[in-house]
Amino acid sequence: MVRAVGRYTLEIVQSLGDVAMFVGRSFRLAVGSRKLGRRVVRAMFEQGARCLPVILIVGLFTGLVLGLQGYYVLNRFGSESLLGTLVSLSIVRELGPVLAALMLVGQAGSALAAELGIQRNTEQIAALETMGVSSHAYLVAPRLIAALMVFPMQTALFCCVGLWGGSLSGSLLLGLEPGIYWSAVERAVELVDVRECLTKAVTFGFLTMTLCAYHGFNAHRCRSGTGARGVSASTTRAVVQSSIIVLAADYVITSFLI
Amino acid sequence: MDSQDLLLKVEGLHKRFGEQSVLAGASLVVPRGSLVAVLGRSGAGKSVFLKCLADVIEPDSGEIWFDGRRLVRGDAAARQHFRSRCSFLFQSNALFDSLTALENVALPLEQTMDLAAKEVRERSLEALKQLELEAFWDRYPGQMSGGMQKRLALARAIVTRPELVLFDEPTAGLDPVRRNAVFTMIAKYQRQFGFTALIVTHDVPEALTAADRVALLDTGRMVFQGSPGEFIASEEAMVIQFRDSEKELSKMLASIRRGETIQTGDT
Repeated sequence: MVRAVGRYTLEIVQSLGDVAMFVGRSFRLAVGSRKLGRRVVRAMFEQGARCLPVILIVGLFTGLVLGLQGYYVLNRFGSESLLGTLVSLSIVRELGPVLAALMLVGQAGSALAAELGIQRNTEQIAALETMGVSSHAYLVAPRLIAALMVFPMQTALFCCVGLWGGSLSGSLLLGLEPGIYWSAVERAVELVDVRECLTKAVTFGFLTMTLCAYHGFNAHRCRSGTGARGVSASTTRAVVQSSIIVLAADYVITSFLI
Repeated sequence: MDSQDLLLKVEGLHKRFGEQSVLAGASLVVPRGSLVAVLGRSGAGKSVFLKCLADVIEPDSGEIWFDGRRLVRGDAAARQHFRSRCSFLFQSNALFDSLTALENVALPLEQTMDLAAKEVRERSLEALKQLELEAFWDRYPGQMSGGMQKRLALARAIVTRPELVLFDEPTAGLDPVRRNAVFTMIAKYQRQFGFTALIVTHDVPEALTAADRVALLDTGRMVFQGSPGEFIASEEAMVIQFRDSEKELSKMLASIRRGETIQTGDT
């Protein structure tokens, strides 16, 4: 029992060290790498534009549901005018960064892990290394840099659409005066809330894309199997761990910033 | 052989995977401008040997000398120098499936050389043209036949004008006619572009026909190195055992015994 716990602990520590080395090497080798800007833009397109529909849809429905639920709860206390406050603070401080990150993990993160896993299996990564091209700088670093910019942008968009969704259900469906809703939003959201939102978005983007890239890049070391099964297992692990780390990091950041 | 004539020299290469010893002191010399074939049975460690040379796998011990310069672990400059003058053709071709033929060929130029975009394009198109692929520059590897993919991989390998090209089982999974065609293609381009070629393969007749020198890898060591003619005439037990196990080689030897001649890479 003690031996098993010890082995498990050592494995976790070793994995954390591996991930840290992986990130460090990626950024170190990216310095001076040729055409880095072009690859970052391409990665931003993959993570940003392609994930836009899912961000807009989930953001809208999150706002709609919050508007509905919030209105009925606040109505019990005669405080419908605070609907804008409830929706905006919920979305900007918590739901926006968390849900946007989970959506991006589901779409861009899983795609990244699977793509790198396949590239590893088909020796494309080895081919880059034999050409004298750093696979860390060419494949990993642009994705990590892009995530630092895309996650805040997508989160901001998610929040805007979510607020609009709350307004739709509150004003159009339930008859709350739009001016009351939006003035409550304006009063409630302060700069510190926006800062918390963006801090979370950047942190989630960095952590999740790092995990997805790490698992995809090391798909050949996956214990669950090799080949297609290895890629599948690595992708699953990347998405699961990324989802967990989003929620865990959310708690830590909130406890520090609240 | 004069050391000036040697492009690559490998001494005592060792590699273990856990308890299994794959390379146990493999040594090899590759003369400049030659086509050298490393033969061996499946699982003899040929690919591992080649990947150790290409720095894809790190050997446990041993020395590699390239163009008179020793490649030392941790000497990044020497390794970068080696990589800039060496190309590797993978058994699976390892083409980038999300890039077009032109982008595949252009990638090593873009990433390793300070060339203008126009020159990168021109040189890439020229490489495609030399391998009769210029009409397919905008196709993805998945839209090409196996032979075209092989040529595309070769175009990507030679576009940087390397001195040494390493071929890992270039005919794996091909029928005898195509095997012959691939070896003929490699020999043709090796002469045309003047690079030194090192091929690992278990296709004995084709290798003996195309190569200038042959080496036999067995139980992790090179048990023979010499010309194709010397290989055929060798009385070493390992060579005889390997030769006899190759059915097609036996047929070829029989034809030689009947007085027919065998064409070597020298011709």
